[in-house]
Amino acid sequence: MDLKLDHHSEDRLTIVEVEGEIDVYTAPRLRELLIDLVNKGNFHLLVNMEKVDFLDSTGLGVLVGGLKRVRAHDGSLELVCTQERILKIFRITGLTKVFGIYASVEEAKEAHGRDK
Amino acid sequence: MATVELTFSALPAHVRTARLVATAIARRTGVEESLLDEVRLAVGEACSRAVEAHRLHCPGEPIRIELRDDLGRFEVTVTDSAPSDELEQERELLRFDDPLGQLPDTLMTGFGIAVIVGLADDVQVYPSQKGMRIRMSWPAATNGLSPV
Repeated sequence: MDLKLDHHSEDRLTIVEVEGEIDVYTAPRLRELLIDLVNKGNFHLLVNMEKVDFLDSTGLGVLVGGLKRVRAHDGSLELVCTQERILKIFRITGLTKVFGIYASVEEAKEAHGRDK
Repeated sequence: MATVELTFSALPAHVRTARLVATAIARRTGVEESLLDEVRLAVGEACSRAVEAHRLHCPGEPIRIELRDDLGRFEVTVTDSAPSDELEQERELLRFDDPLGQLPDTLMTGFGIAVIVGLADDVQVYPSQKGMRIRMSWPAATNGLSPV
């Protein structure tokens, strides 16, 4: 399955919807979107990965790159993910300590609201 | 021993094909369904790493993947032709406690190998000036190819 990307803003939060496979072939498109969003002043990103079928280290690299970019503007990049096969990759690489990972968009929005 | 061999050009689009072939052969070899996601990801990581290395050093050379049913093990070997000493040095420098302080290429190379080691039941990495060979295996049905 190819990669589908969409995004919309709610208050100060930009929600990025990702569907399909994030790998060495498709990850550049996600990287371009994240860079574009940051360049346009969106510094608080929430990446919804509930419809991601596959994520590899290239995808992890893109997410870490996005996090570095938003942090340079005192922003945030957090994730929504409950799929065990995706979470396992974050655990193996220790990235569960780096990213805020939520069970739902609503939960992430509530946490983001509390942090304002 | 049944063997399937696949060679492909160092193009990112082919990594997905390699993943699909490996998963199909693993299933047919009798690897448990619960392990197939790990096979898919580990083979994808090894092929992605090889593609990136070839694009830097030898874009015209193909990457080879061998899938073997060997005495109750499903064994995958990914072989590339890019000198890997440099990548090895980068891997040694990688600090997983500080991923934000890493260069992107170093980060991805290190993550790729770390993910393979974390997923495969048995992994051997053989770096050399002539290329890197990553061999990984998982338990499979002891009677070899299962009927599909």
